[in-house]
Amino acid sequence: MNSRPSILIIGAGFTGCALAHDLSLRGVNVTVLERGEIASGTSGRTHGLLHSGARYCVTDPEAAIECITESRILSQIAAQCIEYNGGLFVALNDQDLAYSAAFEQGAQATGIPIERLSPQQALQREPNLNPNLLAAYTVPDGTFDPLRLALAFAATARQNGAVFLTHHEVQALHADGQGRITKLTAWNRHTGQQQTFTADLIISATGAWAGQIAAMVGASTVVKPTPGIMVAYNQRLVHHAINRLCPPDDGDILIPQRRMVVIGTTSFEVENPDYIPITAEQTEQMQRAAEALVPAIANTQRRGVYMSARPLIVSGSSGRSLSRTFKCYDHEALDGLPGLITITGGKATTCRIMAEKTADLACQKLGLSAPCRTKDVPLRSYRLYYS
Amino acid sequence: MPTLWKITLEILRQRQNQPPHVELFELEVDPDENVLDCIERVWAFHDRSLTFRHACHHSTCGACGMRVNGVEKLTCITPVREVTHPNGVLRVEPLRNFPVLSDLVVDVSGFFQRMEQTQLSSIAPLSQAKLPFEPNPPTIWQGQRLIDCIECGLCVSACPAANTSTSYFGPAVLAAAQHVYRQTNNPTVMQLVNCADGLWRCHSAYECSAVCPSNVDPAWRIMDMRRATVAHSLRNIFKRPNQKVAP
Ligand SMILES: Cc1cc2nc3c(=O)[nH]c(=O)nc-3n(C[C@H](O)[C@H](O)[C@H](O)COP(=O)(O)OP(=O)(O)OC[C@H]3O[C@@H](n4cnc5c(N)ncnc54)[C@H](O)[C@@H]3O)c2cc1C
Ligand code: SF4
Ligand code: FES
Repeated sequence: MNSRPSILIIGAGFTGCALAHDLSLRGVNVTVLERGEIASGTSGRTHGLLHSGARYCVTDPEAAIECITESRILSQIAAQCIEYNGGLFVALNDQDLAYSAAFEQGAQATGIPIERLSPQQALQREPNLNPNLLAAYTVPDGTFDPLRLALAFAATARQNGAVFLTHHEVQALHADGQGRITKLTAWNRHTGQQQTFTADLIISATGAWAGQIAAMVGASTVVKPTPGIMVAYNQRLVHHAINRLCPPDDGDILIPQRRMVVIGTTSFEVENPDYIPITAEQTEQMQRAAEALVPAIANTQRRGVYMSARPLIVSGSSGRSLSRTFKCYDHEALDGLPGLITITGGKATTCRIMAEKTADLACQKLGLSAPCRTKDVPLRSYRLYYS
Repeated sequence: MPTLWKITLEILRQRQNQPPHVELFELEVDPDENVLDCIERVWAFHDRSLTFRHACHHSTCGACGMRVNGVEKLTCITPVREVTHPNGVLRVEPLRNFPVLSDLVVDVSGFFQRMEQTQLSSIAPLSQAKLPFEPNPPTIWQGQRLIDCIECGLCVSACPAANTSTSYFGPAVLAAAQHVYRQTNNPTVMQLVNCADGLWRCHSAYECSAVCPSNVDPAWRIMDMRRATVAHSLRNIFKRPNQKVAP
């Protein structure tokens, strides 16, 4: 089967794993190189909200439509790692309440089913909510297990022939005689040895690190690492994802996960996302915002605090917008560097569509006409990644 | 600013297929920082060759299990102050009873394959996700959640029986079988663990439940599965004469 086109993917977060799955289904020979473990970058450390899109239905309808469509698909194909219990948007003061008209309109315009609850109805569903709430809306949010979601994509890709090389750090990209980027050098961190790999195309799915990979060949820098903090508490105080009814803000979401609740998140910029220190101020700020929604947080023990960096698209950067929320950089068109593509931005919730759009572009470049099938293919058990 | 502690991180290191050695890293840490943060910091600023497993950093993925000063810990939720003192030592080693791929990375593939054989679903209705002797959630709380076992392997590392036999299924797999059996009554999963390398290899050391970071109580589940298996066999003994008459 030497005639099958080959693609190297750098990075095994949600994007790289979903892309490996998509391309393997289309008959491409896929090898994924990841410098750590699966999902050891941003993906593992995500908040874990399967976004219904309601969070964005007023400020960014296009993102909202993408989320409602994709969260429904994921709840079907990846049900094995999703708590699909719905969410609530909660109004705590008059200002929140004043947002409800825009919220109702936005939800309707983007096709997100919501239902208004009285304070009594909301408290009946979630007795730990702030008893002074003024109103609430149900939304179809969910919660996912981050590692298992990534593993489920990777497991299915592996069953279809993709190869995953974890603990392999890409250190250099190389051009062939015609100036095509077709080769890379990776450092096998298990053995300490370097190895080169070649393929027809190289796709960087390195999230907040995409700028570092692009810089290896002088390609345009594209993302700004934008971290946020999350705090986990060791009691499952709620069973719905609890959102504040207001424009998106710091610390306004509380999600259940296993026996925990996890609150998040903030947003600020850093240069290097390799290690992001956690500050007590941010943790406190986060906790205060969450206490307003669920006062019992104040008496619940903290279990973990963590931080990760969004790959925020630098606005005005000249990549091809496959959507308002994520971007694909065709470095052939951008920098005269054929062979290299970068996919970055987006959300966990939208990783499947990110993969679909990127695989479409890759297949077009390789002259392959295979259509995307990932909408309808249920993911195999995440444990089969280790088969 | 918190008062920082000077500590010595002693990491048991090893390249693939080479003998292990200990390497020391002197660090200044916030005692409320978790052990995994210290390890990630060593990788980020001191030695890029250090390998370790991690993903979620909040005890939901199960990847970061290691031995810390001789005890199995989920390092992402283990604050430094719980396991050492100012000017103290933190010795970090890979989990036992798993093959080591390099440094702190163990090969979990055999473990996951056995977990898969039990067909344990990682999602369950709230009433079935907890231990049977815990109170039921209020009826208003319907819905489902991710189950407690995060497949971290701490119990396997701590288990003295797993230490003497590589073919032993280990506590997590037996606990998973119990969980599936109590949900489904399916005899296939009972057959899977009703063997010398399964339920009957455990010699009730209870180390598994002592180190489990996630309320699974594998020791209780193994005992419960033994009870169920014995009861099932007894029922079959008494059924046998009838079965002979039946055709
Ligand atoms: C604080 C925060 C909260 C979030 N919450 C949510 C949420 O609730 N719901 C939601 O849907 N989305 C959420 N997101 C967004 C989502 O987590 C990210 O969009 C997603 O994880 C990005 O995945 P990725 O695969 O593109 O990047 P990553 O997961 O970062 O993957 C990139 C991979 O590349 C690897 N890599 C880097 N350099 C190299 C190299 N040289 N060689 C080999 N490999 C390399 C890294 O190790 C990493 O694993 C959140 C993001 C943040 C920051
Ligand atoms: S039973 Fe507990 S210790 Fe064992 S793998 Fe599951 S969560 Fe980890
Ligand atoms: S990193 Fe996920 S459990 Fe510790």
